[in-house]
Amino acid sequence: MKYNLTALFAGLLFGAGLTISTMVDPAIVLAFLDIFGAWNPTLIFVMVGGIAVYLPGYYFLVKPRQVTLNGGEFHVPQKNSIDKPLIIGSSLFGMGWGLSGICPGPGLTNLSGGLPAIWIFVLCMLIGMLVASKFK
Amino acid sequence: MESIYLQAFVGGLLIGAAALILMLFNGRIAGISGITHGAITSLATENWWRWLFLVGLIVAPVITALFGYGLPTSIPVDLELLAIAGLIVGFGTHYGSGCTSGHGICGIGRLSKRSIVATCTFMLSAIVTVAIVNHVIG
Repeated sequence: MKYNLTALFAGLLFGAGLTISTMVDPAIVLAFLDIFGAWNPTLIFVMVGGIAVYLPGYYFLVKPRQVTLNGGEFHVPQKNSIDKPLIIGSSLFGMGWGLSGICPGPGLTNLSGGLPAIWIFVLCMLIGMLVASKFK
Repeated sequence: MESIYLQAFVGGLLIGAAALILMLFNGRIAGISGITHGAITSLATENWWRWLFLVGLIVAPVITALFGYGLPTSIPVDLELLAIAGLIVGFGTHYGSGCTSGHGICGIGRLSKRSIVATCTFMLSAIVTVAIVNHVIG
């Protein structure tokens, strides 16, 4: 129960952060990626803000602990090798992000706005994920 | 500093705090693509946290709108292109084990070599894509 409520709260906070940071607006994302055009640096501040909390939080609060605050285990990826799927997948993701200005979080957070364009994007994204799991 | 930069930074702090809470309390990486794929492939009770995280993510703008922070009202990309982009984003994030959140915030925050490489790769790929669309084709 506590576990699920924590997840709900974290989701709410994450979505609020995406919305307040303007990361939910594809026009701003595309302008951020357009470094050879009218570059808009706004989203640098989102990433800096996110890492500014997560990095020290991870090293000072998470790493010294053996169990989570809800008494469970930590699920941290152990894989350390740079493999083909990582590079190919990330390259493709970047291409799709550059074409649309939408990555998975902002896509989902935009659903409540009701724009058909977003619903089409998210539906296709889910199909893409399921197709990818056949290749992994 | 321009106020939009400050607003973006504060939004980023909230994102970082949300991701840290999910790790500290539940031991989970706040990677949206990973959580989404995990959610749609199972309705088992041990998977409910993923669905609830996504519910929170989707409902959040309804709450922030009360404070004047809303969603965009138009998307500057054609529907056909959005559909193709959606497929590529879905495929790429799952095949590459993460997106802007899982690799870009959580992975870099853990100084994971894989995530640093992944983030540089998708940033570069996105910048090149936009450059081609805007300045070569456009």
